[in-house]
Amino acid sequence: MIPGTENILEVENLITSFETERGLLRAVDQVSFTVPTGKTVGIVGESGCGKSVTAMSIVRLLPQPAGKILGGHVRFKGHDLVRASDKEIQKIRGGGIGVIFQEPMAALNPLHRIGKQVSEVFRIHKNLSKKEAWDAATEMLDLVRIPAPSRRMMDYPHHLSGGMRQRIVIAIALACRPSLLIADEPTTALDVTVQAQILDLLDRLQAEIGMSTILITHDLGVIAETCDEVVVMYAGRVVEQASAEELFANPLHAYTRGLLHSIPTLETPSKSVLNTIPGMVAGLADYSHGCRFCQRMGRMDRGTRERPVLLEVSTGHWVENCPECYKP
Amino acid sequence: MTHPLLSVSDLRIHFPVRGGVLLKQTASVKAVDGVSLEIAPGETLGLVGESGCGKSTLGKAIVRLLKPTSGRIHFDQSDISHLSQRKLRPLRRDFQMIFQDPSESLDPRMSVRAIIEEPYLIHAMGNRQERIKWVNALLDRVGLPAASAERYSFEFSGGQRQRIGIARALALKPKLIVCDEPVSALDVSVQSQILNLLVELQKDFGLSYLFIAHDLAVVKHVSDRVAVMYLGKIVELASAEQIYQNPRHTYTKALLSAIPSHDPKAIRNKILLEGDVPSPIDPPAGSAFGHRMNHPRYEETIGADLSLGEVSPNHWVAADPCCVSEEDWRILRQLPTLAGPVN
Repeated sequence: MIPGTENILEVENLITSFETERGLLRAVDQVSFTVPTGKTVGIVGESGCGKSVTAMSIVRLLPQPAGKILGGHVRFKGHDLVRASDKEIQKIRGGGIGVIFQEPMAALNPLHRIGKQVSEVFRIHKNLSKKEAWDAATEMLDLVRIPAPSRRMMDYPHHLSGGMRQRIVIAIALACRPSLLIADEPTTALDVTVQAQILDLLDRLQAEIGMSTILITHDLGVIAETCDEVVVMYAGRVVEQASAEELFANPLHAYTRGLLHSIPTLETPSKSVLNTIPGMVAGLADYSHGCRFCQRMGRMDRGTRERPVLLEVSTGHWVENCPECYKP
Repeated sequence: MTHPLLSVSDLRIHFPVRGGVLLKQTASVKAVDGVSLEIAPGETLGLVGESGCGKSTLGKAIVRLLKPTSGRIHFDQSDISHLSQRKLRPLRRDFQMIFQDPSESLDPRMSVRAIIEEPYLIHAMGNRQERIKWVNALLDRVGLPAASAERYSFEFSGGQRQRIGIARALALKPKLIVCDEPVSALDVSVQSQILNLLVELQKDFGLSYLFIAHDLAVVKHVSDRVAVMYLGKIVELASAEQIYQNPRHTYTKALLSAIPSHDPKAIRNKILLEGDVPSPIDPPAGSAFGHRMNHPRYEETIGADLSLGEVSPNHWVAADPCCVSEEDWRILRQLPTLAGPVN
């Protein structure tokens, strides 16, 4: 939204659709946000809000042939990835942009040794010899704080715990020192203690490598802990965007407020009645044209018929301007 | 004094590990290794711990979906630990279970009515008309429209499916429900709906819960007392308030400090644990957590009695010199219950 060269990534009016039996359905509906260089941007929302599809669209890893980017721009260092050729995008994946997914076991090949899977990245992207790639991979395991890295290189994925596997996936994603890391629910499958280790690791590596990060999660605690900027998505659209401090101190959209207040924290009196957001997210096919949170709350008659616009209410704090969901 | 509804003493559940050509037992997984606890009528006991600590195994054993290797489970003062399935059946109506993933615990080929009605059929209760009435009342109680009864579970969202699971668990008017991660598969906005429902039902029916979860904030919200489990053993047990405000065991402290705070400005001293939970196949001989931390006093704990001691009224903590403060250790050493080879 803010033009300039200090953003490593600019997503502008991104539209991603899926071909289904019920026609072409928009999972991401004109989403715009920017990632300032060196910063961590969190995308938060419930399942089905389009946060993962947004990430997949950036690196063009949508399920084929169903997923299609129908419009908008994704500018990475000024380069439009939507219009890049397959060959160009392949170079950028793993090279300029690293990706980590939620389930580390699914991202690793169970039939190959860890060493082979990590050094492969160096063989492909850096054209190193087998020996050089192996050494570089061992160094990478050391960087992600895996104890006894040269021994772990000979292990298979099933030898390792969930936390260790996620470290391997991080090592692969960061092998070429990308300038942008996309982490899609990197700690959701892990225990709190291991989650704390991985978040701490990502934080330190970000400083060491000097990269920017997009962190996708449903956990507002993780967002508060790690992000500079937060994008709140609901039903394929951005409903609010602000700095983390501002968003947690001063949430403006009814959905953001609902999310923040419905989670019990350690300060919530026990067994008290928690705030709830009634209903549930509508299916893609049933999305309304107007405000989609009003659709969930059953107040379509009072909300806007037209799509509400994003309004910058204070510097850097944007909110979808629906008269029912945002009351200044 | 009233009797506890559930009382578990020195429960052990070991699974055999087989190997070799003849599939001889080569080792055993000590999933639950000497657990004792009680749950009072109308009380919620929270059970927390990392994955693989044995909390789900413990929950399943309590409703006797698993057979204990040794130890006793008393429900309403009758010993259910080694009853046969046939003798267990009439008792089962008093203890039920809610599972994590409602889509896997509900049969996709059965209508919602058939799912909720099944317990009545098994226990030969009511006639057709009565059962229809009961199912409708249950659906209403868990907040589902009566029309849901003729639909199938896969037609519902995760939160609604969990409501179906709760309705089924409630059907026989149980006294205890073991809730195994009942909200962890749900979206945040739906989580609070289910938590509110569980708290409400407890008040209305005087239910007791064993509430198993890895989310410590959720556990604190619903629990009266909390047990912290590590590698098959309970390491700390106290009122929810005490556990969260005044944790005594290092592992509890580490777990609590790992919860992400909802305040971006909060600066906290995190205790970052190294490594993972060790394997329950070949657990360390002494203090499992002391071993993970490489504690200098680990040697002292080998062969020692690390069972719980009441360090202050109703606050129990493992007598483990690696994991408690000097002061607590002095108290624990003098407790008569710890008649073990300590020093």
